[in-house]
Amino acid sequence: MYEGVVQNLIDELGRLPGVGPKSAQRIAFHLLAADPADVERLTKALKEVKDKVRFCRTCGNVAEEEECRICRDARRDPSVICVVEESKDVVAIEKTREFRGRYHVLGGAISPIEGVGPEDLRIRELMQRLADGTITELILATDPNLEGEATATYLARLVKPMGLTVTRLASGLPVGGDLEYADEVTLGRAFEGRRLLDV
Amino acid sequence: MHVAHLSLQDFRSYATAEVALEPGVTAFVGPNGQGKTNLVEAVGYVASHGSHRAATDAPLVRQGAPRAIVRAGIVKDGRKALIELEINPGRANRARLNRSPVPRPREILGMLRSVLFAPEDLTLVKGDPGERRRFLDELLTARAPRFAGVRSDYERILKQRNALLKSAAAHRRSPGPEVLATLDVWDSHLARSGAELLAARLELVAALRPLVAQAYAALAPAGGAADLAYKSSLGDIGLSTDRGQLADQLLKGVADSRRQELERGVSLVGPHRDELVLSLGEMPARGYASHGESWSFALALRLAAFDLLRADGDDPVLILDDVFAELDAGRRSRLAERVAPAEQVLITAAVPADVPDELTGCSFSVADGQVVRD
Repeated sequence: MYEGVVQNLIDELGRLPGVGPKSAQRIAFHLLAADPADVERLTKALKEVKDKVRFCRTCGNVAEEEECRICRDARRDPSVICVVEESKDVVAIEKTREFRGRYHVLGGAISPIEGVGPEDLRIRELMQRLADGTITELILATDPNLEGEATATYLARLVKPMGLTVTRLASGLPVGGDLEYADEVTLGRAFEGRRLLDV
Repeated sequence: MHVAHLSLQDFRSYATAEVALEPGVTAFVGPNGQGKTNLVEAVGYVASHGSHRAATDAPLVRQGAPRAIVRAGIVKDGRKALIELEINPGRANRARLNRSPVPRPREILGMLRSVLFAPEDLTLVKGDPGERRRFLDELLTARAPRFAGVRSDYERILKQRNALLKSAAAHRRSPGPEVLATLDVWDSHLARSGAELLAARLELVAALRPLVAQAYAALAPAGGAADLAYKSSLGDIGLSTDRGQLADQLLKGVADSRRQELERGVSLVGPHRDELVLSLGEMPARGYASHGESWSFALALRLAAFDLLRADGDDPVLILDDVFAELDAGRRSRLAERVAPAEQVLITAAVPADVPDELTGCSFSVADGQVVRD
């Protein structure tokens, strides 16, 4: 145990995801030794993120204004919505530069064990966005685990009467990988989702 | 296949242990509580990633140690492989194959195959249905490791579904449309994953039936005929092994019992409620069979598992943990005859006299945590 404030800092850092006690200690001593201006910048960034960032009223993504950058961007295709669990999934998909539509961030996945039901996710907001008929395709990009699959099935059933095109991200073999190294679940999925080869 | 080398670190009573093994029969002999079973338990753990004595991994780690490491050098079709498992109670275990880490320990399940006989096997006959389901599921996984994934998916779905039913039951008023719609989703996932497990179990029971009957007749020639039947929680509706059809039947079964499930807050239909019924002659073995008959039945189940794995290809390693002391002379020698041809047989016994004459081979003395070759 270190003296009061140092231990406080280590404890607080240790609460962060992915930071264990050893890393927390390392970061704390790094901060102690760092230039005060650097630490000042970090505290300012931390404070600003809590003060300024809020969630987009349309899609639920992190935003600095009422609406996020993507929802405000008029060049985005207004007819397609990609549904994801978390804001960080938006970043992941944006990096591909493949998707030109807009997003909807649910804020999690259906998981009764953790007490998360459909009413705890931003599903009502999604239904409101779908109500006016401009949206024609819904891409379900929840995580490919049991909870993500359950959430996708739930949404697909919910919007079925609306007659939209509902698609699910393909799951299967990683690009650049070797077939022999794929685990049997992934390989099985890839078989299920095989497609016709147009030549 | 056989284990050529076993190395333990902080496993059970052993701080360290190194044992060189050979094909054929190996007996570990020593007084009770000296660590004989711990050695064969480690071999079993490498094969099944579970212990036959403990439900969790915590008891496997030596008191005060943070983790246990089991290394097994195995020889399979003349090729050598080194399997290393790091047992971290409460956290994910880690595995290495030939010194390279594998992403998930599950991926090396099936590298070593073993069949373990132990006094605990009596619960296969006398215990709860869960014991017999576990027997089937572990054999499924040993034959096709992908069932480890099917089982864990099914268990996860079940947990989620039970949590939902429980919270709906706790509200005491009729559940809202959102709860029912969510339940529909879990129902469909339960049916799909449950059908996979159910179909595989039905196929397995069909394959085991003649083998069990034969093994029981060999062990206890004077007894009645031993038989198995799979009793589904869906009732007596005639189940095929067509996965699509089973999924539909499960979905219907779940829908039919929804009201009851909502009242009780637990999933009442599915492979997790099924039973493997063992019978001797006309009578169910559970509750009717004598102690000796129950023992013979348990041994017959393990022998049938051994025969089945053997028919798939490579001989599994046979482990007989303290079994002979419980058997009369006749059954002792008949069991010994059956297991003698296996590529490797590992035996534990308290006194040398407990090792049948048919099973001659090398032997180790185990005392005070020291394993010494005689």
